[in-house]
Amino acid sequence: MTPSAIILIVLGLAAIGYVLGRQRALKTAQREGVKLHSLSGYHGQSVALFIAVPALFLLAAWLFLQPVLIESSVSGRIPQSAIPEGGARSLVMFDVRRIAEGLNQIVAGGDVSENDLADMRADVTDVRARLAEVGVALGSDVSPIVLQTAKEYRATDLTASFVRNIAVLVVALGFGAWALARIRPGLRARNISETFIKALLMGSSLVAILTTVGIVGSLLFESISFFNMYPAKEFFLSTTWNPQFRGGSELGILPLLWGTLYVSFVALALAVPLGLMIAIYLAEYAGSRLRSYAKPAIEVLAGIPTIVYGLFALITVGPFLRDWIAQPLGLGSSSSSVMTAGLVMGIMLIPFISSLSDDIINSVPQAMRDGSYGLGATKSETIKQVILPAALPGIVGAFLLAASRAIGETMIVVMGAGASAQLDLNPFEAMTTITVKIVSQLTGDTEFASPETLVAFALGLTLFVFTLGLNILALYIVRKYREQYE
Amino acid sequence: MTEAATEMAVDTAIKESAIKMRGTDVSVFYGEKQALFDVNLDVARNSVTALIGPSGCGKSTFLRCLNRMNDTIDICRVTGEITLEGENIYDPKIDVVELRARVGMVFQKPNPFPKSIYENVAYGPRIHGLTNSRAELDEIVESSLRKAAIWEEVKDRLHEPGTGLSGGQQQRLCIARAIAVSPEVILMDEPCSALDPIATAKVEELIDELRGNFTIVIVTHSMQQAARVSQRTAMFHLGKLVEEGVTDKMFTNPETKLTQDYITGRFG
Ligand SMILES: Nc1ncnc2c1ncn2[C@@H]1O[C@H](COP(=O)(O)OP(=O)(O)OP(=O)(O)O)[C@@H](O)[C@H]1O
Ligand SMILES: [Mg+2]
Repeated sequence: MTPSAIILIVLGLAAIGYVLGRQRALKTAQREGVKLHSLSGYHGQSVALFIAVPALFLLAAWLFLQPVLIESSVSGRIPQSAIPEGGARSLVMFDVRRIAEGLNQIVAGGDVSENDLADMRADVTDVRARLAEVGVALGSDVSPIVLQTAKEYRATDLTASFVRNIAVLVVALGFGAWALARIRPGLRARNISETFIKALLMGSSLVAILTTVGIVGSLLFESISFFNMYPAKEFFLSTTWNPQFRGGSELGILPLLWGTLYVSFVALALAVPLGLMIAIYLAEYAGSRLRSYAKPAIEVLAGIPTIVYGLFALITVGPFLRDWIAQPLGLGSSSSSVMTAGLVMGIMLIPFISSLSDDIINSVPQAMRDGSYGLGATKSETIKQVILPAALPGIVGAFLLAASRAIGETMIVVMGAGASAQLDLNPFEAMTTITVKIVSQLTGDTEFASPETLVAFALGLTLFVFTLGLNILALYIVRKYREQYE
Repeated sequence: MTEAATEMAVDTAIKESAIKMRGTDVSVFYGEKQALFDVNLDVARNSVTALIGPSGCGKSTFLRCLNRMNDTIDICRVTGEITLEGENIYDPKIDVVELRARVGMVFQKPNPFPKSIYENVAYGPRIHGLTNSRAELDEIVESSLRKAAIWEEVKDRLHEPGTGLSGGQQQRLCIARAIAVSPEVILMDEPCSALDPIATAKVEELIDELRGNFTIVIVTHSMQQAARVSQRTAMFHLGKLVEEGVTDKMFTNPETKLTQDYITGRFG
């Protein structure tokens, strides 16, 4: 039985449990002539929850642990002699797993019985050809020991799955029976399902938190192994970025950090004033008709994939800036430049800023506006002196959010600013950012355990710390000023 | 009309020269819906006029016509004529911003700006350029706060946020803010509805003092308040002006049954 079949069975049991729980609750109440504490539906629900939740939880845990446990026990049984020169145990185990899978398919195909399979011997049957028939292609012939191990792997797996199915069903029925048996009119089934639901919601948020912890943990782990191979001082303070395939690379983050900040600065310098003015216009001046068309139209900008912006930078903006500004002014002849990427990224960020700020300005109470108009202030005086100060914390929040977006952007930078790491003040020079280099270091041909690859994790961690810092700052500012303005 | 009634009418009407504002056939529409029907009401100079009537009868609507605050509502349309010192305020030549500086407004819920107490009061004089120096501004701020009877309470904390004051203090701050631009008329929409009896008493006392320099129009749901602070009262019902006249007479001897029932609390 596959896990999905088990899940269906458990859900079916839960449905039956629901009906039974309801009926039993109604019956006991009738017999004893008292009122139920909770509606009968809650009794049914709590029985269903007791059937489904522990059983499915067990199933999930089992599905996660079984391969790990079997793998470690079986792989210990492969003798050292079966491992080819220069190869690794894990590679042999990889073959074992695939052969076991193939054997499963052969049996499922129907023309080989379990007994025949037990007799199958690598030196008699052409196992490789047989496996190829069911779609499992192997790089070399199968050695007897590997075949033997694969059979063992398969056998253990089958037994374990069988035990698993039984265990899940036992848990489902056991908890179900217990929950059903304890139904009394006075049972607080309503509170029980409340507790379950709370636990369920808590579990979901836990998943998100654990994932974050896991991501940060792996970043940290790989970064530490990078700093074991490459001095941290060089990484943070060197002004050269020059990775080499054969070692001896110079991996200084400064040029990348500079590129990142420079591009983001240009982007924000364009997006923040424009976005803010759009927001003010939409919130305070535009009529409701215009607003209902203009706002979605601007938000379309946010829906454009960044690669399309990248194309726009590469094909239109880059050459335009080069031909009309950089070359006439003698500032360079590169079509990829900080300016190109920054401007295009700025356009991408406009809807971000305008949409958030618009909501924030709208949430400033009408009473503030009335107070100001009632004193004879004009619209722009009211906006400048009352609305913007009241909306400022929210606007700063929007600004910092846009800043972390800018810092993390990759596609537009690759296509707009190029990939050469440089420390330069001229905005018409090609430069590059941290994110771009993370991609190029990880997709290169170098070995994984080399500083050239692992540096990607250190870069990622730095970026993460940076944006995290920005977000915390945003939260802090928003909180601090909110108190003051309420 | 009997002779006695004619005499009464002459007695209760405002002298032509004492009219500060005059509404003639004022009708207001919110979209399709008509909220005021041909209201004719005069406001006497240096006196307090109270607008009373059951909820939704159009008191706020009429009040907001007097300084064109209704302009800020897109769907609102006003017909008829309203004059301030004989000048039609709905004339296209009129500068709304200037009008609102002459006819100030205090709202039902205190709405100080999220600025310091000082800045709240200085806001109006600043935008209208009423002062040339910091010292003059300081003086206006102080005298406005004094007139609003809140100076003693805030003089040591002028630079703390106005939002940190109690509700009653905030309302008096808003009155000070309105006074600071030296308006001719002050409109107050239920200024005491968010206040406790003590703060209410203070604001009422203040209104009585302010009458010397300003013309005041106040909306209130409290009959006692109308009787205590106003010289003239206007009663609205379902968007129509039911009765208007000297407060004392209206409260002792109302002309219509509707007013009598409302004043004595039998409906509304
Ligand atoms: N902004 C608006 N849009 C549409 N209709 C409105 C608006 N403001 C007021 N009205 C309508 O106009 C009528 C009069 O409202 P108004 O606020 O003047 O009443 P009010 O006498 O001040 O009542 P209250 O004593 O409850 O404050 C009501 O029927 C109300 O629904
Ligand atoms: Mg009102």
